[in-house]
Amino acid sequence: MGRITLDKVTKRFGEVEVIPPLDLTIDDGEFVVFVGPSGCGKSTLLRLIAGLEDVSSGQIRIDGEDATQAPPAKRKLAMVFQSYALYPHMSVRKNIAFPLRMAGIDKAEQDRRIENAAKVLNLTDYLERRPGQLSGGQRQRVAIGRAIVREPAAFLFDEPLSNLDAALRVGMRLEISELHERLKTTMIYVTHDQVEAMTMADKIVVLRAGNIEQVGSPLTLYREPRNLFVAGFIGSPKMNLIDGAEAAKHGARTIGIRPEHIDVSPQAGTWEGTVGVSEHLGSDTFFHVHVDGMKEPITVRAGGEVGLHHGDKVYLTPQPERIHRFDDKGLRIA
Amino acid sequence: MATQHSRSAARLMMAPAVFVLLVWMLVPLIMTLYFSVLDYRPMRGAFDCCVGLSNYTSFLTSSAFLDSILVTLVMVGGILAITVVGGVALALLLDKPIWGQGIVRILVIAPFFVMPTVSALVWKNMFMDPVNGLLAHLWEFFGAEPISWLSDLPLFSIILIVSWQWLPFATLILLTAIQSLDSEQLEAAEMDGAPGYSRFLWIILPHMARAITVVILIQTIFLLSIFAEIFVTTNGAFGTRTLTYLVYQRVIESQNVGLGSAGGIIAVILANIVAIFLMRIVGKNLDA
Repeated sequence: MGRITLDKVTKRFGEVEVIPPLDLTIDDGEFVVFVGPSGCGKSTLLRLIAGLEDVSSGQIRIDGEDATQAPPAKRKLAMVFQSYALYPHMSVRKNIAFPLRMAGIDKAEQDRRIENAAKVLNLTDYLERRPGQLSGGQRQRVAIGRAIVREPAAFLFDEPLSNLDAALRVGMRLEISELHERLKTTMIYVTHDQVEAMTMADKIVVLRAGNIEQVGSPLTLYREPRNLFVAGFIGSPKMNLIDGAEAAKHGARTIGIRPEHIDVSPQAGTWEGTVGVSEHLGSDTFFHVHVDGMKEPITVRAGGEVGLHHGDKVYLTPQPERIHRFDDKGLRIA
Repeated sequence: MATQHSRSAARLMMAPAVFVLLVWMLVPLIMTLYFSVLDYRPMRGAFDCCVGLSNYTSFLTSSAFLDSILVTLVMVGGILAITVVGGVALALLLDKPIWGQGIVRILVIAPFFVMPTVSALVWKNMFMDPVNGLLAHLWEFFGAEPISWLSDLPLFSIILIVSWQWLPFATLILLTAIQSLDSEQLEAAEMDGAPGYSRFLWIILPHMARAITVVILIQTIFLLSIFAEIFVTTNGAFGTRTLTYLVYQRVIESQNVGLGSAGGIIAVILANIVAIFLMRIVGKNLDA
């Protein structure tokens, strides 16, 4: 079980309010990702849930029980840190055994759980090594192993992949998703990388300056961003946001259209422009098109083999049903 | 990078320093070796060449020698124990954020700046004097009989004085070690359910192991040659005669330069044996 409820939780460091009153419910077995730019309070929020920081006011309930004042060890949560925080002087086996030893679990049961975790995480051959002798990905797995053996109510991940190189990150992303499928335990995952958020989450919580901007499934956030911030943050490359006369035509202050929802044609279309920089990824090509009368270039996704070059004239047509409209306050117009 | 030319220039420029260092080290050593095989007692006008190893045998077989070894071991061991345990405790305390941290840290370091002779005198006259000492007053305040420190507990008193001087050194090194500990490790241990003393035992102490061995190594090298504190307080009486002090007594008080030099060479050999053992232990610790 691992249902976590935050009820009007706030956090102040002296005069600075990092987290204004915040409500959030995380259901049992959910994979929730906190995402936002750096300094948005996502790590602080995770540390509040873990108990590593005290809340200034409000209540945290885990499985219905008030855990606001409970010390970290009593919350039945396990955390994987950004730096892995392995104990360098202990072997992998001892690292994984540490929480079990602290809980006073007998030796045979310890061994059984360690063997299990090692098998799940492919660590069996490395149990007698020290963390210093392992690669980044292996250390990451040891940190996860140390979390698994406790059989916690929920896992907390604090930017666990940010120290890994790009290829390894993709692999570990899959492994963590796989692990979640197998264990069905609640997981809370903090990242600033919206790709990680989109690929892994059941539910994404977008944060800005301690405020929740939107909560929803990855596709909900993609299809119906509630405001300009979420619209700009979710999706890669970023959504094109257009102000002024073009927006006014649609009865909005700002309109947004994703690069993949614009049709490109050399002959005719709504907007006329000139091709600027193009980025060829093989499967896709992203063109930055300078449209007459717009300040920012428009990013457009086209197929991998479209033969357009710098300086070519093109016509762009946004798919009308895919245009997002936002009002003066930056909120979505339904 | 280094060309043939620049390398020979470098050698040339280093030469004076190397030469001075060699002379500084070798001349006293060779003189001591030379004296140690002489019967050289200036006050009696004795200067007989080449008595062989008789100085060594008489130094090694005298009862004072074994006693002095024992005293040296107890003294060095005692000081090491107090400074390491106290240093760990103080470092843990000073690591906590407190008001006036900068000033407190400077105050803690202060004893290290006091010259050994001065601190021994201050301890002897200000604290340990059985009539006027502050400790005597303290004892009297609680209605106890004041201890005559330097005659009743001479060895312990010296250990106390030297420990006071070296505690800052240990604290300083151990404090930097604690500060280099990744706070996420402590938080991980906290999440893993380790209470405060377990975190200390399993995370902080192993992290400090390396610094502790360095403290032990450096202090041992310096503590083997304690002199001023003994000279000022007990003059080597009441069972506080260390090997260093014994050598001094043989040379200066007995005016037997030959015997003293032999003792000096023996002390050098013993100190090197200790150093080799310590280096091995430290080396092992530094590798890990």
